[in-house]
Amino acid sequence: MTPTDNPLESFDIDYAPALESTAVIDIADSYGHFINGVFVEPSSGVTFPTVNPATETHLADIADGSPEDVDRAVTAARTAFEGPWGQMTGSERGRYLFRIARQLQERSREFAVLETMDGGKPIKESRDLDLPLSAAWFFYYAGWTDKLEYAFPNRTVAPHGVVGQIVPWNFPLMMAAWKLAPALAAGNTVVLKPAETTPLTALLLADVLCDVDLPPGVVNIVTGAGGTGAAIVDHPGIDKLAFTGSTEVGKTIQRVASTRRIPLTLELGGKAAHIVFEDSAFDQAVEGVVTGIYSNQGHVCCAGSRLLVEESIAEHFVERVRRRISTLRLGNPLDKNTDVGAINSADQLQRITDMVATGVAEGADLYQPECELPDKGFWFPPTVFTGVQQSHTVAREEIFGPVLTVQTFRTAEEAVEKANNTPYGLSAGIWTEKGSKILWMAEKLRAGVVWANTYNRFDPASPFGGYKESGFGREGGLHGLAPYLREQTSGAGGSA
Amino acid sequence: MAEHIPVDKTFKLFIGGTFPRSESGRTFQIHSADGDLLANAAKASRKDLREAVKAARGAQADWAGRTAYNRGQVLYRVAEVMESRRAEFISVLTDMGQTAHSVRAEVDRSIDRWVWYAGWADKLHHVLGTVNPVAGPYFNFTFPEPTGVVVVAAPDDPPLLGLLSRIAPVIISGNTAVVTTGGPSALAAVTLAEVLATSDVPGGVVNVLTGDKAELLPWALGHMDVNSVDLTGEPNGLDDEAVATAADNVKRIVRSDPVGASPYMIGDFLEMKTVWHPIGR
Amino acid sequence: MMNSTAFLPTTDGGSVRTTPVDAVALEARAAALCTRSIKTTSKRAALHTTIRCIDLTTLEGIDTPGKVASLCQKAIRPDPANPTIPSVAAVCVYPEMVEHAVTSVSGTTVVVASVAGAFPAGMSTPAVRVADIADAVGRGAGEIDIVLNRSAFMSGDLRRAYDEIVAAKEACGTAHLKVILETGELGSYEQVRRASMLAMAAGADFIKTSTGKIPKAATHPMVLNMAEAIRDYADQTGVIVGLKGAGGIRTAKQAWHHLVIVGETLGSDWLTPERFRLGASSLLNDVLMQIQKLDTGHYSGPNYVTVD
Repeated sequence: MTPTDNPLESFDIDYAPALESTAVIDIADSYGHFINGVFVEPSSGVTFPTVNPATETHLADIADGSPEDVDRAVTAARTAFEGPWGQMTGSERGRYLFRIARQLQERSREFAVLETMDGGKPIKESRDLDLPLSAAWFFYYAGWTDKLEYAFPNRTVAPHGVVGQIVPWNFPLMMAAWKLAPALAAGNTVVLKPAETTPLTALLLADVLCDVDLPPGVVNIVTGAGGTGAAIVDHPGIDKLAFTGSTEVGKTIQRVASTRRIPLTLELGGKAAHIVFEDSAFDQAVEGVVTGIYSNQGHVCCAGSRLLVEESIAEHFVERVRRRISTLRLGNPLDKNTDVGAINSADQLQRITDMVATGVAEGADLYQPECELPDKGFWFPPTVFTGVQQSHTVAREEIFGPVLTVQTFRTAEEAVEKANNTPYGLSAGIWTEKGSKILWMAEKLRAGVVWANTYNRFDPASPFGGYKESGFGREGGLHGLAPYLREQTSGAGGSA
Repeated sequence: MAEHIPVDKTFKLFIGGTFPRSESGRTFQIHSADGDLLANAAKASRKDLREAVKAARGAQADWAGRTAYNRGQVLYRVAEVMESRRAEFISVLTDMGQTAHSVRAEVDRSIDRWVWYAGWADKLHHVLGTVNPVAGPYFNFTFPEPTGVVVVAAPDDPPLLGLLSRIAPVIISGNTAVVTTGGPSALAAVTLAEVLATSDVPGGVVNVLTGDKAELLPWALGHMDVNSVDLTGEPNGLDDEAVATAADNVKRIVRSDPVGASPYMIGDFLEMKTVWHPIGR
Repeated sequence: MMNSTAFLPTTDGGSVRTTPVDAVALEARAAALCTRSIKTTSKRAALHTTIRCIDLTTLEGIDTPGKVASLCQKAIRPDPANPTIPSVAAVCVYPEMVEHAVTSVSGTTVVVASVAGAFPAGMSTPAVRVADIADAVGRGAGEIDIVLNRSAFMSGDLRRAYDEIVAAKEACGTAHLKVILETGELGSYEQVRRASMLAMAAGADFIKTSTGKIPKAATHPMVLNMAEAIRDYADQTGVIVGLKGAGGIRTAKQAWHHLVIVGETLGSDWLTPERFRLGASSLLNDVLMQIQKLDTGHYSGPNYVTVD
C-alpha cells in the first residue's frame, strides 16, 4: 500500500495541459464589413486591430465602421426588407433560421475556438455554453416564424422593418444569436454591430449566413467601436433598436431613441445579490456562488457579484468559498481544464484593478488565492472582499470582473432590503431548501431573473432581462419575440 | 322662499388620499364652453409632484401586495361609485361643452372601460405569463409584476374616457399613479379623485395633479424614483431634451392610444419576472 | 426523525451536522468535473493511481479457490508483461474465500478484504452479522466491507443503524471497516449524505457506495456527494475517512473522473489507497489497455490483457 515515488504515477489535480487545437480555424489578415451579402472595404479605409487577450497577439485588422458604412448597411437592410425577406412566408424564413442553427452546431468547434481566442474565455465555456445556446436560440425562434399569429392573442403583428442591434464582448456570438434569431423570426432585417474587442465570431457567422443562402441584406454586420454604434443609433432608417451592454451606454441610446420615438430594448448592467440561507444545500450553494461570479471571469451582466449570506453560517460559508476558488484553474483559455480565462481587454483589466483598489482603500478585506498569472495577456485573479458594507463602492457599482463582495444578513427581510437597494435589477439568486421562503423571496426581489437553488442558467425558451436600470424588454421565450413585432393595425403601443 | 345659492366646489389636488391645495398657492381658472367661470383649480407645482410621487411610492408595496382578486374588487367598487355619481360626471362634461348625447355616451363607456379593466386583475397572468419549457431539469415560469410608480399625462380629449383608459391599466396590476392633467379636463380628474376618495382605493394609489402638464412632466421625467411615464396624453408638448432625461434612471416611457383598451396596454407598465428552480429529489 | 440539517452523535460524545443536497446542482457539478480533460502525463498517473486504488473483486456464488487464486495473481501482477505496473490495493472476496486469498497474496502488498455481515442485504440478526465479521477477520481479512442496515435507516431507526456499525467496528478489531450505504436503495442524495455522516460518526474507516448487486451504484454525482460528506466530517471532527466507489465502474475514463472528483473535492492527498478505493473487476483490464496505448502509441485489444 506504499504509494510510488514516481510523480508520473501519482495522480494529482495539477493536470497536464490539454490544449484545444487551433488548426480548425483560419483567421484572415483583415476583415471588411458584411453588407448586402458580401464583405466590403470600410469607406474610410480605417481599421483597428483585434488581439487575443490571453497572449496579446494580433489576430486581425477590423474595419472601423463610419456613418457611410452604416448607411450602406441600412440601405441594404431596407432593400432586403422591402424585397425578398419581406415577401417571404414565415415558414420560408424559418428554413433559413433552422439552417443557421444546424450550421452553428456543425461548426461549433471552430466557433468555440475562435470565440476563446478573440475574447479570452475558457474553451470549456465557449464549447459548452456559448455555442450550444447560440444554436438553440436559432432553433427556438425558427419555430416561431410561421406561428406569429398564435403568439399574442387578439393582436395582429408585423415586423418593424430594419433593426439596429449592438452587442457586447462578453458572449459575442451568443449575444448576436439572442438578438438576430427573434428579429429575423419576426421578419425584420438587421444591422448588427459586434463589440470592437470581439468581432471575429460575428464575422465568421457571416460566412454561415452566406453558406445557408440567406438573401443579401437580411443581416448586415458593421464592425467598429462606440462611434459606429452611435451611427446606427442615429440613423433615421433604423426602425427599432436593441442594445446589450453597459447601463451608461444604454442610457445614451435611450436618450436618442426617445427623441426619435423608435422602440428600444435594453439589456444593461447588474449587481445581483446572491442570497444564501442557513438552511441551504451547502455545497451546491458554494458551487453556485463561485460559478455565479467567476465564470467568464465575471464578465457577466447577471453575475452574482454580491454574496449575502446569513450571519449564522457566514464564516463557514466564506471559508468554503475561499477554499473552492483556490482550486479554480486560471490560465490558457484554450486549455480544456481552464476555469478562469483572460480578462477581455487591457481597458477592462484597468477598470477591475481600479475598482479593487477602491475596495481596499474603502476598508474592505481582500482575499485572492495564490495563483500564478501568465506573463503576457490580461489577467486578474479571483477575488473576494469580506467586511463589505452596503455603502462601499465595490458593493454598489458593477465591476464586471471576477470580484465577489460578501455581506451578511440576519432575516429574510433584511436580505431582500439589501438585495433591492441598488439601481440595478437584472437578476438574483436564492439558496434555501424551504419552498415557501423561495417563493416569498422570489416575489420580493426586484429583478427580472430569479434563480432559486441554481444560478446563471439560460435557455431560449426563458425570458431574460432587467428591472430598473438593468434595462427593459426581454430576450428569450415568447416575451423575447414581442419587442421585434409591432401592432399592425395601429401605430401605438410599446415602450420607447 | 329664497332661491338656493349654490356652494361652489373648490377643485384641489389629490395626494395620498387627501385634497391639499398646491403648496405654491397657485390656481388656474377653468371656464365653461360658454365662458362662465367653473373653478379656480389648484395649479400643481414641481414640489406637489414630488409629494405625489412620495405618496405613490409609499402606497405601492401594499397595493401590489394585495391579491389580484382584491384589486379587482377595489376597482369594481370605484365603478359602482362612479355609477352613483353619474350625474356629476355628466354635469362636468356638459359644462365643458359636449352635447348631451356625447356626454352620456362617454360616461357610459368610461364606466364600462373601468369595469373591463377591473376584471383583468386576476387574468393578466394567464395572458401575459408563461411557463417555459427549458432544456433541463428546471421548473421555469415568467409572470408579470408592476413596474412601480407611474406618472400619467392624462389625455385632454376625451376628458373622462381618456383619463380612465390611462389610469386603469396602470393601477390594476399594482402600480401606483401620479396623474397630471391640464386645462378643462382637470374637472373630470378632480371629480374622479372624489370618487376614488370615497371608494376603497387606498390613499396614494392614484394621485391627481391639476395644472400645466408641460410644466410638471419634465420634473416627472427627471425624477429618479419614478419608474415609468405615460406620455400618451402629452404627445407633442415636451421638448426632446426633457424626454431624454427619462434615460437617467432608464424609465419606461409609454406612448399609446388614448382611448384604446387592451391587456397589452396593462403590459406596458409591467415587468416580467422569470424564476428558475431545479426539479430534483 | 431527523430534519434535513439534523445533528448526529459521534462515538466520542460529540455531534456532526449534515446538510441538505440539491440533486440537480450536484449532478451539474459532477458533470462539470467529468469534462476535465486528462492527457499525457496526467493520464498515465491517473491510470497508475487507479490501479493502486483498486479492490479487485469477485463476489459470485460460483467463486472457487481456483478463481480466487487467479484473481490474486492478477491483483499482485496486473500485467505480466509489464513489471512497472503496480499491484492493486486489495482483493475483495466472500468470507469463505478469505483463507485462499490470504495464502495467494502472502508476502505482497495486496490486502485481503472480505465482505461480511450477511452481505449483500444484511438481513440477518445482529448477532449473526457480528459473528460473520469476526469470523472473516479471524481468518485473515485485513479489511471488512459491511452493509448499512438500510431497513433500520429507512424506517427511521437511526440509533439501531448507528449502534450496529459501532458493534461491527468492534468486531473488526484492527481490520479496517468499510460501510456500504447501497446508495441506489436510499432514494435521494440527501439520504445518502445523511447515511454517510451516520456511518462515519459510528466509526467507519471508509464509506462505500454500493454492493455491486443492484444497478444504480457508483455514479459520479454519488461519489461527489459522499466526498463532500467526508470533507464535512473532516472539517467538523478532524477525522479522515476513506471513500470507496464500487459497482458499475468498468472503464478507465470513469475511473479517472472519480479521481478528479475526489481530488478536486478533498484534495490530491486523498488519491492514495489509504483513502480511496475503487471496487471493480473488469475495470483493471481497461486501464491496462489504456496504459499499453500510452506505451506503444497503438490501441490495444482484449487479447493483450489477461482474463482472470
